[in-house]
Amino acid sequence: MSGAAPDSTAAPSRALDLSQLSVRELNAALHEAEDGRWEVLDPVGKHAIAAGLDAELEVEIAGNVGYYCAGMNKRATVRVKGNCGVGVAENIMSGKVAIEGDASQAAGASGHGGLLVIEGNAAARCGISLKGADIVVRGSIGHMSAFMAQRGRIVVCGDAGAALGDSIYEARIYVRGEVAGLGADCVAKEMRPEHLEELAELLAEAGIEDAQPSEFSRYGSARRLYNFNVDDAGEY
Amino acid sequence: MGSRLDACHADAAMCGIVGIYAKSDACERHLGAHAAAMLVEMADRGPDSAGVAIYRDPAPEGHSKLCLQSADSAGWDDAVTAIDTGIGVVEARRVGERHALVETPVGAEEARDWVERELPDVAIDSAGRIIEIYKDAISPAEFVSRFSLAEMSGTHALGHTRMATESRVTPAGSHPFSTGLDLCLVHNGSLSNHNRLRDELRREGIGFRTRNDSEVAAAYLTWRLRQGATLEGALEGCLEDLDGFYTFAVGTAEGFAVLRDPISCKPAVMAECDDWVAIASEYRALATLPGAADAEVWEPEPGVVYSWGTVAVA
Repeated sequence: MSGAAPDSTAAPSRALDLSQLSVRELNAALHEAEDGRWEVLDPVGKHAIAAGLDAELEVEIAGNVGYYCAGMNKRATVRVKGNCGVGVAENIMSGKVAIEGDASQAAGASGHGGLLVIEGNAAARCGISLKGADIVVRGSIGHMSAFMAQRGRIVVCGDAGAALGDSIYEARIYVRGEVAGLGADCVAKEMRPEHLEELAELLAEAGIEDAQPSEFSRYGSARRLYNFNVDDAGEY
Repeated sequence: MGSRLDACHADAAMCGIVGIYAKSDACERHLGAHAAAMLVEMADRGPDSAGVAIYRDPAPEGHSKLCLQSADSAGWDDAVTAIDTGIGVVEARRVGERHALVETPVGAEEARDWVERELPDVAIDSAGRIIEIYKDAISPAEFVSRFSLAEMSGTHALGHTRMATESRVTPAGSHPFSTGLDLCLVHNGSLSNHNRLRDELRREGIGFRTRNDSEVAAAYLTWRLRQGATLEGALEGCLEDLDGFYTFAVGTAEGFAVLRDPISCKPAVMAECDDWVAIASEYRALATLPGAADAEVWEPEPGVVYSWGTVAVA
């Protein structure tokens, strides 16, 4: 926001007002931009705000947003000063998306790279089918989170809902609080030094200073579903 | 659509739900306008049909209000005369072409049973002392204007915008569904076991007007409530007996309740401030309400019954 710039050399932000512009016009303006700081006003829960960005922009959204905010994000930094609907940062490729409030279901779904930070809670299916992005949640996450997650890290400072990491591949999950239940083939794993190290890095990157890596447990794949066991043929 | 698809599962697969419960006099005065704004905002989720249940202007003790719908708009005068002769009419008001609100000097159960028996061509959208249900197979914007929703006052209201997937787009297939006197249901989702459940409920004496899965959910609640379950108990029974996806909002004379299935694929957002409590499928509908930006906003947990007002049902 202009006037509150942390860096006095930074250019003032340009405001784009969704009470004046359609989401299509807003996104077209952001897609044309190559850099700079942008403020999105009056989002009132509209869908697909700041989706498909592919430049080193800093975008701040002043309020609650609807579905698929910052979806497919590349390189840009997007901050939402409110809550998000379904699928925030869905398929994020790189860059950073930060949510000051809560996120609805499927936050960061199938993200390939970059960082999603949720200051509040995330609902069901957080990080479903994650493919390499990192997700840090200061609060708790809902059921079926990290379902079939293939790569990337999910850090949860609160609790995790039922069926965490069901059918997980090689993503790593760190939870500080209680886990309501683990999904098929997801197990608690030993915290080795390299895990404490990467967790410390992720917490620092997310700006979380009041959680210690040693307070977390690690969860991941038992790798029992990777190959078909002929003894299980009767189950199908 | 063909009858095969009609019999097939799933309805209300997309759809929008809205609900508002007034906590202040100012909000009660403008309740219809608030419900209308939310409903129109949810038009993208359900352009095929729209409906509301609004709770207002209670009939005097011993009297009842019936919301009636008839395909034959020319026959209204005869129908009202027949009701007047049969049980009496205190006041009858045509609402649009196909709808009428009739106040009778007898209890709601008696009035409903009489119309059901004597006027089989007239559909009873709602019966009770307080509830009024209006619904039709028209767009939400058209609905709001045809029924002058924005001019209504009331204590609380539930609304629905329907995107029909597999059962017919008809006024009877629109929501809200009546689930008993002063009770109604709106549904977003789809049920898989509704055919078997419909057969079971028929054997329990519950009547059906459509092949719609949401009507089965409404009938299930009706049946449980008739058996003496509390509203919360009846809703908790859904978690056991209904197979499928749902966000339900149930209206009662005093308030409303919300339940999402344990998987919770179907969205719901709630918000509360000093003036109101509201639910909608998406936040953007809540954002139309005054004070929404500063309201407490949260997503209802899966499998948990939320209720406002005194929802205990006698």
